[in-house]
Amino acid sequence: MVDVALKPRAGRGRGTTTRPRARRGFGRKVLPLVPAVALLIVFLAGPIGYSLYGSLTNTALTGYKAANPDFIGFDNYTELFASPDFWKSVWLTVLFVGASAVIGQNVLGMLLALVSRSAAKPLRAVVGGLVVTAWVLPEIVAAFALYAFFSTDGTLNAVLGWFGIDETTWLISFPMFAVIVANIWRGTAFSMLVYNAALAEVPPEISEAAEIDGAGPVQRFFRITLPMIRRSISTNLMLTTLQTLGVFTLIWVMTGGGPGTNSSTLPVLAYQEAFKFSQVGYGTAIATVTLAVGAIFSIVYIKALKPEVD
Amino acid sequence: MRGKPALGILGVVALTALAGCSDDGSSSGDDASGGATTVKVAYQKTTAFHQLDDMLQKAKTEFEAAHKGITIDLQPIEAEQDQYFTKLALMNGSDKTAPDVIYEDTFQIRSDAAAGYLLPIDEYLGKWEDWGQFYENAKQAGLGDDGKTYGVSMGTDTRALFYNKDIFAKAGLPADWQPKSWDDVLAAARAVKEKVPDVTPLNVYAGKAAGEATTMQGFEMLLYGTADTLYDTDQSKWVVGSQGFKDSLGFLETIYKDKLAPPLDQALDASIGSRVSTELLPQGKLAIALDGSWLPGGWISGENAWPEWDKTMGFAKMPTQNGDAPGATSMSGGWTLAVGSHAKNPQAAFDFITTALNKENTFKYDTENSQIAVRKDVAEDPAYTAYNPSFEFFSSLVDVTHFRPATPDYSQISSNIQVAAEAMATGQQSPEDAAKAYDTAVKGIVGDDKTTTG
Repeated sequence: MVDVALKPRAGRGRGTTTRPRARRGFGRKVLPLVPAVALLIVFLAGPIGYSLYGSLTNTALTGYKAANPDFIGFDNYTELFASPDFWKSVWLTVLFVGASAVIGQNVLGMLLALVSRSAAKPLRAVVGGLVVTAWVLPEIVAAFALYAFFSTDGTLNAVLGWFGIDETTWLISFPMFAVIVANIWRGTAFSMLVYNAALAEVPPEISEAAEIDGAGPVQRFFRITLPMIRRSISTNLMLTTLQTLGVFTLIWVMTGGGPGTNSSTLPVLAYQEAFKFSQVGYGTAIATVTLAVGAIFSIVYIKALKPEVD
Repeated sequence: MRGKPALGILGVVALTALAGCSDDGSSSGDDASGGATTVKVAYQKTTAFHQLDDMLQKAKTEFEAAHKGITIDLQPIEAEQDQYFTKLALMNGSDKTAPDVIYEDTFQIRSDAAAGYLLPIDEYLGKWEDWGQFYENAKQAGLGDDGKTYGVSMGTDTRALFYNKDIFAKAGLPADWQPKSWDDVLAAARAVKEKVPDVTPLNVYAGKAAGEATTMQGFEMLLYGTADTLYDTDQSKWVVGSQGFKDSLGFLETIYKDKLAPPLDQALDASIGSRVSTELLPQGKLAIALDGSWLPGGWISGENAWPEWDKTMGFAKMPTQNGDAPGATSMSGGWTLAVGSHAKNPQAAFDFITTALNKENTFKYDTENSQIAVRKDVAEDPAYTAYNPSFEFFSSLVDVTHFRPATPDYSQISSNIQVAAEAMATGQQSPEDAAKAYDTAVKGIVGDDKTTTG
């Protein structure tokens, strides 16, 4: 968003040879952007600013503070950064994003894309169809399906039971494992589709040339294919990271952030603080921190993307 | 991109909701007489709790017949209690969505009145001839911090131990069981665990998801049986650092650590309350349950009817920690109907409450939902006492019962009790650490000067 807003100014600087022309150029370049920027301000910057303001108050869901909240400065943030629950939640969020998005979805998506390229057409269609099914399901439906899969009298235990393996309370004993697997299942299709498209763009003659020079399949993949699709990888990493950072429904339905706080990632913690403990201001502070984390990730990925012009 | 289908659906939902709002707005705004023609009633409904819905449907028909031109718009919120409160608070946040008549827990009245969600109804009550039939303590239950009345009590309740006599017989326990102390309760649970290993010996709510049930049916039933209390009414201060608090948590820790309580996948689920009353107890999978007097209501009639309940279930008073006087303890709450502060036609909203809570409908609701009647004409009706054999037992607990602290901060503090209780169930904290975390949280909510050391 910042990028969009700044570009016209940069253009203006470059084009200033004579003032009147520049002004006309400025108008021509900026005017078409006005509706978009206005929409962004109203629907993006507005809520962000409002959430920032909300996080500086002690607004509650009920009680006197619901009617007349006070402005309390950065008290919510001081309290937040001193809270062990918050840091635990940060760690769980990093674990969730790292394991399910950065590693799980990306690696599995890439593998599926590679395998399906060399597989027979019917098999490719079936596997692709199945994977995409998980992706097109609305989040709440997917979450219930996975709850049914992992719950104690659910599918997973039933299947394990055929092999004589005892019941495990997956959602209680291994809540993070369950939600990470769930998110991989749900999100892999996206990475697969992105990588499918990217791999199709790699010219086959380069690979063939490398093969003639004696490069094995592994070498070809790491030396030829990966560098050629690196921008797709960065884009995909950014999108999956940001989406996974905001995952709430999946975790909420499956574990409710529990047991205790053992699967409370930042969005779940924010919801609990705001709507369970009625501390809307404090919950908003957590949401704002999540927003900042997402912004930092985006900046890192964008910076990593930018210099890579072929 | 991955979020698009979900976003699309959200968009549709939001649009529908918006359309719904504007419809409501225009239909009420168009009314020539000035008062709105639609009265929106928000209340809770679950598979285990349909009695209120039954009663309100009946009242709606009666009210609409008597008041031509006014429509009662029943909006059941199908959620467990905790989510019901959240949903309600969010609805109350905007006058576009705020309901006109609200099914409101007595402990929420003070905080919701302070938040400006409720309308004082004293002037309407003054003109209602039936108001004299309500017992004084029921009138008290509807008061806000400012001394004004915000809710009309529908009935009250008490809490005690339910036990399954069939399981007790197998475990070699008496059919007329009455434990004298917490240790007696634990001993009975251990006997069940040993002799009847395939049933859960004892349920005491301890999950955050169970919400107020964990605080009131669970923790407070223990705490108010110790020498300590939650709130010092003389000083108007919250009690922190008390031994009773730690001991109560210790009891929860014991039953979950020793596997006397339900497994955590059941105990921490939001549906545990419904499950105990519709599944675990009727199917003989749970030997002892610390629960509320309304449970038999669901067994007498309706889709979860359990005709043998009367022969199978026994009732015992919840003993105090070491059997100290008065020997038993209980907690009482109850629900009210309240008028929302955004009500466009408060007179119609209040009139609907008087229809829903007239003698006939109160009788219907109090019998079917096993409420302890707070209307004199219902409580003294022989048909009422004859309706449910458990009424006599649960009414007798009124002598030893306690009420929750009536302050606007209670609901937030209650949530922190649930955190401490769940930490016992999961074993993530010791009772001392959980009590310390609770103390810190309470001081954060009410301030250091509003607490006292127990």
